[in-house]
Amino acid sequence: MHPIRRKRLIAVVFLLAGVAVTVMLVMRALNENINLFYPPAEVVSGKAPVGPRIRAGGMVKDGSLQRAPDSIEVRFVVTDYQGADFTVVYAGILPDLFREGKGVLATGHLGRDGVFAADEVLAKHDENYMPPELKGMQKQS
Amino acid sequence: MIPELGHFALILVFVLALALGLVPLIGAARGNSTWMRAAFSLSAGMAVFAAVAFACLEYAFVTDDFSVRYAATNSNSLLPIYYKVAAVWGAHEGSFLLWILIMTLWTLAVATFSRHLPLTMISRVLAVMGWLTAGFAAFSLFTSNPFDRALPIPPAEGSDLNPLLQDFGLTIHPPMLYVGYVGFSVAFAFALAALMTGRLDAAWARWSRPWTNAAWAFLTTGIALGSWWAYYELGWGGWWFWDPVENASFMPWLMGTALVHSLAVTEKRGAFKSWTVLLAIGTFSLSLLGAFIVRSGVLTSVHAFAVDPERGLFILAFLVIVVGGSLTLYAVRVPLIRSRVHFSGLSREVLLLVNNVVLVVAMSVVLLGTLYPLAYEAITDGGKISVGPPYFNAVFIPLMAVLSLALGIGPSTRWKRTSVMYLVRKLGAVFAASVVIGVALPLVVIGIFKWQVAAGSVLALWIVGTHVEDLWQQSGGRLAGLRRLSAGYLGMTLAHLGFAVTLIGIVITSHLSVERDVRLTNGASTTLGALTFTLLAVDRVSGPNYLADRGTVRVQGQGAAYEMFPEKRRYLSGGNVMTEAAIDAGVTRDVYVAMGEPLDDGGWTLRLHYKPLVRWVWVGALLMALGGVTAVTDVRYRRLRVRRDSAVATAATEPSA
Repeated sequence: MHPIRRKRLIAVVFLLAGVAVTVMLVMRALNENINLFYPPAEVVSGKAPVGPRIRAGGMVKDGSLQRAPDSIEVRFVVTDYQGADFTVVYAGILPDLFREGKGVLATGHLGRDGVFAADEVLAKHDENYMPPELKGMQKQS
Repeated sequence: MIPELGHFALILVFVLALALGLVPLIGAARGNSTWMRAAFSLSAGMAVFAAVAFACLEYAFVTDDFSVRYAATNSNSLLPIYYKVAAVWGAHEGSFLLWILIMTLWTLAVATFSRHLPLTMISRVLAVMGWLTAGFAAFSLFTSNPFDRALPIPPAEGSDLNPLLQDFGLTIHPPMLYVGYVGFSVAFAFALAALMTGRLDAAWARWSRPWTNAAWAFLTTGIALGSWWAYYELGWGGWWFWDPVENASFMPWLMGTALVHSLAVTEKRGAFKSWTVLLAIGTFSLSLLGAFIVRSGVLTSVHAFAVDPERGLFILAFLVIVVGGSLTLYAVRVPLIRSRVHFSGLSREVLLLVNNVVLVVAMSVVLLGTLYPLAYEAITDGGKISVGPPYFNAVFIPLMAVLSLALGIGPSTRWKRTSVMYLVRKLGAVFAASVVIGVALPLVVIGIFKWQVAAGSVLALWIVGTHVEDLWQQSGGRLAGLRRLSAGYLGMTLAHLGFAVTLIGIVITSHLSVERDVRLTNGASTTLGALTFTLLAVDRVSGPNYLADRGTVRVQGQGAAYEMFPEKRRYLSGGNVMTEAAIDAGVTRDVYVAMGEPLDDGGWTLRLHYKPLVRWVWVGALLMALGGVTAVTDVRYRRLRVRRDSAVATAATEPSA
């Protein structure tokens, strides 16, 4: 093979290998860090996996917010107003727009006991904004 | 009456923009200089009427004219006057009118300051900007007219501006961001005009550079302001969340940064021509994509505001036309572009190539993470996911490390060819010193070893060291020597030092911040690191349009004692609750206290942060922006104006394409 061609071929092979490795690493990082979203019905029915970090959400049930007497832990019930409810426990300060009867998105881990331990509760900028995940989960009253 | 006047002015902007998009192009195609020259007056007219439309909307807000639907939903008579003024761009319709105003002002600026360019070139640049303005104005008129009336019964009172937006940061963050976004339309227009004329040469790159630098500087400032605002206003002490809306502004920034560097190669060496054109098209397209992401609401975002799918569709269609049209033109014209420039092994061209590759890969990584939820939903038929910050950090940080290494070498290399030995002699000592100091210094100051902190310090010192060394060489080690250096060189150095400052700020604050959520009753204390926090009292206070619980928190430690006053506000109209964090800002650290919720026993939950070097993140960004502005003032760009007459003469003889 012509020496210049060979040089070029080597360069191209290296380049392709570099691109392939980069793409592989990126895709791996991506797949390890996606959080699947589960509505209340899937959390209750057991479709949501116990263990991995997932995102779950729905509407906060009226009157369900409880605060631990001696720590900053809070508990509330998330519902889809169609019979599926699950409890979220969160050790932290809730966002300002968190309201009973309003939508909430929590990221965290589902426990064996069906309680969702959130490490992040999503805040919103705007009262009228509804995350795409929660469309169709309005109160039926 | 005034709102109708504004509406009418906006229609005139649309009509003038259409004329600007057509008349000079026809003139350029036929060699009719009168038609081409019409671009200047049309640009001026567009800007005047956009200003009139904007002033009319301002008037409706300032005079509490709630018969204007947009004012009724986003303002309130209790609002302080300066927030009434800023409330105009507090939501979709008004912010888009601001976008249009800025677009026309950029057009006017180009028409004013680039008058000396060949007429066939400048008339086409302005025509492209006319097309874009026409698209934006049509969007505003047909999907989101800010002048719509709420008739027949106008509300007596407005429903108020979102309290999160009642803040100084908000009043300047969107305009800065928009000036940056829209500013890249100038680089885009220059690229398209160059494709049309078939003149992709060093001159084109030189004309385009100051505009690109200016837009880049504004976007940098805008992003920094947004990050700072999120930090102090959202009340959770974070400054970057890898949220879709943040990514929307970050992607054009990454590609714009690549463009700024690629233009340098095209200007100085005539290389990378078609790549530069692609970057110019890509940067502006990403600005539009950003607008689409923010306005369509297809992605879940902590920053999301109420949205409307129909508007998203319009922007998407516009995006497709802009990208499709410009790429078609590119495909037709690119065979004309030939660069016969050679460079080898190690040279400044290669280092800038590394810069471009890394930045574009980084942009693609952010783009992938941002749009992946959409693709996933489409593929899995409705499956919903979100991509977490760990993904972005895992991929982005190694890329930035590579970029930082190259950034230290870049300015010391020469065009065409640089010998390795020359670089080792020049930078070897700097490298050794930055490794030793970078590892030792954090160890001495904070007393613990963290490899991330050490790596970050080494890289930041490496950038600072290499640039100071080069500055020393270039200036001959004398202060007087500094004055002889070009503004372009000084601007570059300033921007690169700013990058190092941001880098060290990010590394330190990410790895050494401490944070605690606590519950405190009146008089109780808690500790965070070396500091003791005592909740002294919570009082009820009232502001102009809100009531607040104001905490008095005493902070002791590190040889000082002071009081901080975080607030929890409830706004009178709408009843929105908002956290107003108290921040004791400092060069070396911020102390951050935010109120959570009241407890049954009379206490409160509080969020406490200790954040070392967090300000450096934004100060570095401002230095970068300042560097961009400094580069714009380079005499090299002004010298052209002296040669205006000869430029006009060439324009007359130039073939039109």
